[in-house]
Amino acid sequence: MKVSLFVTCLVDQMWTSVGAGTVAVLRRVGCDVEFDNRQTCCGQPAFNTGYRDEARQVAQRFIRIFEESKADAIVSPSGSCTAMVHHYPELFAGDKEWEPRARAMATRTHELSAFLVRVLKIADVGASWSGKLTWHDACHGLRDLNLKNEPRTLIRNVRGVELVELENAEACCGFGGTFSVKYPEISVAILDQKIEAIERSGVHAVVSGDASCLMQIGGRLSRNRSKVRVMHLAELLASQSL
Amino acid sequence: MNQLSSETFDKNAKAALADVQLRGALRHATSLFGKRRLEAARSLNNWEELRTHARAVKDEVLLHLDRYLETFVANAEKRGAVVHWANDGTEANAIICKLARDRNARTIVKSKSMTTEETHLNDALEAAGLQVVETDLGEYIIQLAHETPSHIIAPAIHKTKRQVAELFTSTLGMPPTDDVAQLTRTARATLRDRFAAADMGVSGVNFGIAQTGTIVIVENEGNIRLTTSVPRIHVAVMGIEKVIPRLADLDLFLKLLPRSGTGQRLTTYQSFITGTKRNVDDEGPDELHIVILDNGRSRMLAHPVTRQSLACIRCGACLNACPVYQQIGGHAYGSVYPGPIGAVITPQLIGFEKTAQLPYASSLCGACREVCPVKIDIPQLLLHLRSEITSNGSKRNATERIAFKLWAKVMVSPALYNLSSLAGRLIQKVMPLAPAWTRERDLRPIEQQSFRSLWKTKLSHE
Repeated sequence: MKVSLFVTCLVDQMWTSVGAGTVAVLRRVGCDVEFDNRQTCCGQPAFNTGYRDEARQVAQRFIRIFEESKADAIVSPSGSCTAMVHHYPELFAGDKEWEPRARAMATRTHELSAFLVRVLKIADVGASWSGKLTWHDACHGLRDLNLKNEPRTLIRNVRGVELVELENAEACCGFGGTFSVKYPEISVAILDQKIEAIERSGVHAVVSGDASCLMQIGGRLSRNRSKVRVMHLAELLASQSL
Repeated sequence: MNQLSSETFDKNAKAALADVQLRGALRHATSLFGKRRLEAARSLNNWEELRTHARAVKDEVLLHLDRYLETFVANAEKRGAVVHWANDGTEANAIICKLARDRNARTIVKSKSMTTEETHLNDALEAAGLQVVETDLGEYIIQLAHETPSHIIAPAIHKTKRQVAELFTSTLGMPPTDDVAQLTRTARATLRDRFAAADMGVSGVNFGIAQTGTIVIVENEGNIRLTTSVPRIHVAVMGIEKVIPRLADLDLFLKLLPRSGTGQRLTTYQSFITGTKRNVDDEGPDELHIVILDNGRSRMLAHPVTRQSLACIRCGACLNACPVYQQIGGHAYGSVYPGPIGAVITPQLIGFEKTAQLPYASSLCGACREVCPVKIDIPQLLLHLRSEITSNGSKRNATERIAFKLWAKVMVSPALYNLSSLAGRLIQKVMPLAPAWTRERDLRPIEQQSFRSLWKTKLSHE
């Protein structure tokens, strides 16, 4: 299957190993991966802050670029950015030209774990990693894309991994995009509930499907000099350390 | 009086975060409510169906609200109720003050009603020289403390048991104790006398049934039953959105409301009030007045996206589920309705001028939407309001507006995108990029090599 990678601007700039991991996993399961280097952002920061004109400019460009791709699917290592693409029809509601194009784009765009489990019907990607870890349900993946079992299925099939559930796995980490800098104190207060649960659980690593949440969680763990590390699902699935 | 404004949300929130007792009380109460709600929802095997159905009923009502209201009013009047229409809170308060004055009513008992909080009825009654007593335990506590409710269904959720005990000792002369039963007994004894002496009872309305003209009010303490039956005059204040078509629809809402609010299968009391007493010898008030309030609601009704705001049945589940509310509580919002639903309806009720911070007081996590018994898409509404705020031409956001214009220019041009990523890499070597972020969190540095460069030099050749 031919896949076009939507790597997201955050991963492109801040966390390249997530992009590299995504490519490695997709290739391992037999996909032919392409990357269009004209891509930038999905428009979410503007959309979430209320700047719809700006969000539309960026979204239109996204649609134009990926429409040119002959790939069977567009795959992204982010529940949040995928959810944004799924919001495109709402962003272009009533626009005769763009709403249908937005709808078609949304249908073709998948988050990594959803693509592996729902589209390719793969539960085991042949990964291995030694240790105890927990899954943080990033909000947009969980509530916009309904990803609950898909990432867990993939993680349980990673050899050497013990998956521990947090009591507040589904609770927000407090990131929320511009929320985290508009209201940093509230953002960190929310985050600390997550951090407490993570530390109590005794895991070696926190895994999630969004680099943004992992920057939030990892930023606090690092400030606290915690031994717990953060890892993106793509990095875990790419790992073959055993 | 502890009156905070939404304009100072940021400051209010910081103060709340520093209040250890408040955060302890909130953590305990919101998690308990959340847990009970989940158990209660799971006790039914068709929870999702009920939510969908309830929303469909609400949507139907809102689509033909004028017709349902007319039917409700006609049927209520047929049974002897007097209906008053109020465009805004001032009108509603004036109607009620006039009713009290004309009928020589001096003392008024009130049962819990967010709608009368919205109109600030108590202030108006007191200004008119009337004595008004809140009879819901939580509201009574708030009234004694000269505060405002911090939760839609649990007005004193921000107070600890000890704080309530101290309040009762100082205001009611109760001997010091923190025995909850003793606290309740003290309030009950004081309030019983008030009921007996009251000339007028003011209540809210949970549901107005168009088919029968009945108003339905749910509660656990019995104070609503007393407020609406002991005094000679009963005034019920009802938002225009409270009407439902048929008595048969009530089953649905009585399954959803208590489960979502307190996690109960049913509240202890459900009062059904249809008109006035039939015979002079019957018990109950001589007069029933229903004040139907708009106060900005028809504005919400007019727009297809915001209309769903009026489906709210005021259960408070979104407050308990909201990570922001869980940390800062209701007062920080500085509005009558706090939490996610408050952030959505307050700007629509009173305008953006003083409330523009509220729609941004959310991480858009969607927990509110997940628990809402009538499936209101609160994140969608928050995003809609944010777009209204930015397109209102307000000068407050001038810097942000310019920043997003520049951002869009960068994001549609790979050359500018690469240039700014280079700039970011250089700048981060000499200064922190996001001070608001790094005060309490470390910031992951921008990678020395971007993914696109890695793809070009390495990954694409593998």
